[in-house]
Amino acid sequence: MPRREAAAIAVATLLLVVVLPVCNALPASSPLHLSDFRLNLFGKFLAYAILALGLDLLWGYAGVLSLGHGVFFGLGAYAMGMHLMLEIGSKSVYQSALPDFMVWNQVKELPLFWKPFYSGAFTLAAVVLVPGLFALAFGFLAFRSRIRGVYFSIITQALALSAWLVFNRNEMRLGGTNGLADFKTIFGFPLNQPSTQRGLYVVTAVTLVVAYLACRRITGSRAGKVLVAIRDSETRVLFSGYSPARYKLFVFVVSAVLAGIAGALYAPQVGIVTPAKIGVLPSIEMVVWVAAGGRGTLVGAVGGAFGVNWMQSWLTTSYPDVWLLFLGGLFMGVVLFFPDGVAGAIARAATRVSSLLRRSRELSGTGHPRPEPASRSPLP
Amino acid sequence: MKRLLLLLLVAWLAGPPASHAQSPEALKALTGLAVDDGDKREAAVNALGTSRDPKWLAFLGALRDGNVYARTQGKTVEVVIGGAKSTRGDAELIEIASAYDRKPLGIVPVSSLTEIAADRRLRIAIKPFLDADETRAQLASPDAETRRGAAVKLGHQADAGAAAVVEAAIAREPVERVRHALREALALIRLAHGEAAVRILAAQSLGTLHSFDAMPALQTLAADAGASPAERDAARQAIRQIERWSLLVRTVETVFQGASLASILLLMALGLAIVFGLMGVINMAHGELMALGAYSTFVVQNVFRARWPEWFDAYFVVALPVSFVVAALVGVVLERGVIRRLYGRPLETLLLTWGASLIIQQGLRLWFGAANVDVSSPSWLSGGFALMTGLTLPFNRLFIIALAAVSVAGMYWLLFRTDRGLAIRAVTQNRGMSSCLGVRAGVVDAVTFGLGAGLAGLAGAALTQVGNVGPSLGQNYIVDSFMVVVTGGVGKLAGTILAAAGIGGLNKGIEPALGAVFAKVAILVAVMIFLQRRPAGLFATRGRSAEA
Repeated sequence: MPRREAAAIAVATLLLVVVLPVCNALPASSPLHLSDFRLNLFGKFLAYAILALGLDLLWGYAGVLSLGHGVFFGLGAYAMGMHLMLEIGSKSVYQSALPDFMVWNQVKELPLFWKPFYSGAFTLAAVVLVPGLFALAFGFLAFRSRIRGVYFSIITQALALSAWLVFNRNEMRLGGTNGLADFKTIFGFPLNQPSTQRGLYVVTAVTLVVAYLACRRITGSRAGKVLVAIRDSETRVLFSGYSPARYKLFVFVVSAVLAGIAGALYAPQVGIVTPAKIGVLPSIEMVVWVAAGGRGTLVGAVGGAFGVNWMQSWLTTSYPDVWLLFLGGLFMGVVLFFPDGVAGAIARAATRVSSLLRRSRELSGTGHPRPEPASRSPLP
Repeated sequence: MKRLLLLLLVAWLAGPPASHAQSPEALKALTGLAVDDGDKREAAVNALGTSRDPKWLAFLGALRDGNVYARTQGKTVEVVIGGAKSTRGDAELIEIASAYDRKPLGIVPVSSLTEIAADRRLRIAIKPFLDADETRAQLASPDAETRRGAAVKLGHQADAGAAAVVEAAIAREPVERVRHALREALALIRLAHGEAAVRILAAQSLGTLHSFDAMPALQTLAADAGASPAERDAARQAIRQIERWSLLVRTVETVFQGASLASILLLMALGLAIVFGLMGVINMAHGELMALGAYSTFVVQNVFRARWPEWFDAYFVVALPVSFVVAALVGVVLERGVIRRLYGRPLETLLLTWGASLIIQQGLRLWFGAANVDVSSPSWLSGGFALMTGLTLPFNRLFIIALAAVSVAGMYWLLFRTDRGLAIRAVTQNRGMSSCLGVRAGVVDAVTFGLGAGLAGLAGAALTQVGNVGPSLGQNYIVDSFMVVVTGGVGKLAGTILAAAGIGGLNKGIEPALGAVFAKVAILVAVMIFLQRRPAGLFATRGRSAEA
C-alpha cells in the first residue's frame, strides 16, 4: 500500500473512530458537540458503507450486478434481531418469555430455529454464516450454470422479491410485516443509553475500517486482478485457463457476508428490523450508492453510501414527494454523465489539474518532470 | 291471565265468523301480539307466518312497517291495520281495517289506538316469512338470473311448502340453467322432507345434477344412523358423483386461471422480450409503461363519462389504442433520449431504466394521487360464460386471453411478414452486419422500443379489467415477466410464449397447495433449476453473436 494512501486511511480512521465519538461525549454546550441523534445517524450510514464495500467488490471489480443484496443485509439484521428479541425476555409488553409478536399470533412455544439465538456467540456466528452459506448455495447454482450479466441481475431481483414476500408472512415466525422491534439490551447493555449507542458506533466504525482493509487486500492481490479481468472479458479469462465461476463465487460470498455484518450492526442502532429493508427497491437503492460514489473504487463506495443516505435523510424529511424523483434522477444522471461516479470524476479532475501543473512547471523550466499518473482502466 | 282470556274471547267475537282461512290458531296468535311481552309476540309472528296464508303475510308486512295498532273497545282489545292518516282540527285521524281481510273499520282518532311497535327482535322473526314469500314471487320474474337466484335460495331453505311451487316453475321454465337450478332446489327440498323412497330418488338426482350445494345435506344423510341403508348408499353414491365432478371443475378452473395468468404475463413479456433480444436491454421501466397504459384507460373512461355517457360502454375500445400510443410515445422518447447513449452496456441501461421507472411512478403518484383509481368494466366485459355446472369463465379474463392471442399473432405477422420485421430480425441477429447492408439500426431500435412499450401499454389497459389501478401497478407483475423473458431466452417468440405458459400454469397449479407467496418462491427455485440445464433460456441464440 502506498504511503500516502496509508496515511489517508489512518486519518480517516482517527476521525471516524476517535474524533466523532469524543465530540459526542463532549457536553452539549461545547461548539464541537455532536448530538446523539447525529452520531446514531452516522453509525447507520457506516453500516451501509460496509455493505456498499461488498457490493462494490462484486459489481465494481468483478462486474457482477446483484439486485438482491437487501436479502443478505436482511439475513444479518434478522439474525441479530432475533437475539435481541430473546434478550428482552419477560420485560416485554406482555411479560411473556416469548417475543411480543408471537403472543399476538398465539404462538405458544418458541419455534425450534429461534432457540440457538439465545446464545450470543451463536448469533455472531450466524450473522456471518447464514448470509455466507446462503450466498454460497445461490451463487454456486447461478455461476455454475453461467448465469451472467443481465440474467444474473434479474434472478437476484426475483430473489429479493421472493425473500420479501416470505419475510412478510406471519407463518415464518419472524414478525411478519412489523418485523422485530422494541429491543431493550444488547449483550446486557441497555440500548437507550447514549454510551451504548456510542459503543455501537465505534464498533461499526472499526468494522468498516477492517472491512475496507480486507477489501483493499483482495483487490490488490492476484485474485483481484483476475476479478477485474473477468469484468472486462469473462470469455478471455475462461480461455486463459482460469475458472471465472470460482472467483465470482468467492467474491459473491464475501460481499454477502459483508452485507450480513452490516445488517447486524444496523439492527441495534436503528432498533427495528422489518422486511421493508429486504425488498426490490431497497436492494436496488444499495446499487445506486455504489454507482453514485464511484464503482471500482472502494473509497467511492463508502462515500456514496454516506452521501446518498445523507441526502435521503434530508430530503425525506424536508421534501418527501421529491425523494423518489431525486433518486430516479440520480440513477439516470450518474449512469449517463458520471459512469464512474463522484470518485471517478474527482480522479479525472485531479489528473487534469496535475497535468496542467506539470506543463506550467515544464514551461517555466523549474522542477523535475514526473511520470504520467497511471490511468484507470476504462469500465466495460 | 284474566286479561289474556278476555283478549281471547274478544278476538273470537270480533273476527268475521265464517272466514274458513282464519284458523283458530291464527286468531289466538293475533291476540298474543297485543300483549307487551317479547316471547309471546314472537310466538304469535311464528304462528301467523307458518300459516303461509298470503293475507297473514301481508299483515306481517304491515306489522314490520309499523302500521299495526291495538284498539281497546270497552273491555275488548282488537288488533287492526292502520291506513291513511288525516288531520281534522287538533285531532289526528286514521283509517283502520281488520287484520286478516282488511275490511274497513272506519276512521278513528289516532289517540284511541296503541301502536304495536315492531322491535328488532320482531322484525328478525318476520323477515324469513316475508323473504320466503318474496322468493317464491321471484320465481315468476321475467329476468332469468333472478329466477335462478330464487331457485338457489329455495333450495337452501329446503322448505317443504315450496315443493309444489318449484315443481310448477320447472314445468314452465324455458331457460336450461334456471331449470337446472330449480331441479336442484326441488331435490334438496325432497331430500330434507320426503319419505325414504323419495329421498333416495332426490339423492340420485342431486348426484346427476352435480349439486355442490347439496354436499352438506348429503353428508348428513350418509352419516345418519337413523336412515335406511339404501338411503345412505344413495347419498354416498351421489357424494362420489359430485366429488368427481368437482375435481373436474377444479382442474378446468386451474387450467383456465393458468391460461389467464399466462396471457397477462405474455402480454407483458412480449414487449420486454423483443427489446431484450434486440438491444440486450432489460427495460426496468416496463412496469411503469404498463401503469401509463392503465392510467390512459382511466382518463379515457373519465372523458367518456363526462362527455358521452350514452357511449360509455365503448370507452374501452377507444382506450386500447390510446394506451398503446401513449406508452409507445413515452417509450420512443426514452429510447431516443437516453437509452440510445448507452448502447452495448446492458447493466447501465438496466439502472437507467430503473431510474426512469422511479420518476414515472412518482410522477403518476403526484398527478393522480397515491390511492388506487376506479376503472369500471364496460357492461360487455362483466359477467361470464357458464361453461359447466359450477364453473363460469369471466368475460374479462377471456378477453385478456384473446387480446394476448391477437398480440402474438400481430407480432408474428409484423416480424415475419413485413420489411420492418425483417430489419428487426436482422439487427437482432447481427447489428454490425445489418448496418453495413443499409439497415438503419437506430430507427429499428426506436421502432422496436416503441412497439415493446406500446405492448406494455396494451397490457396495462387489459389489467384495468382484472386488478387495481395504482401508481405501483407495474411492480406486481414485473418481476414475473422478467422471469418469463429469462426463461424464454432471446431471439424466438416461441420461447417467450412457452415460458409464459409454463410459469403461469405452474404458478396457478401449485398455488392451491402452497399459497400465493410460496408458489412464487417455488417458481424462482424452478427457474433456477431450469437455468442449470439451459443457461440462456429455452431458445438460446447460437453462434458468435451469443457472446456479445
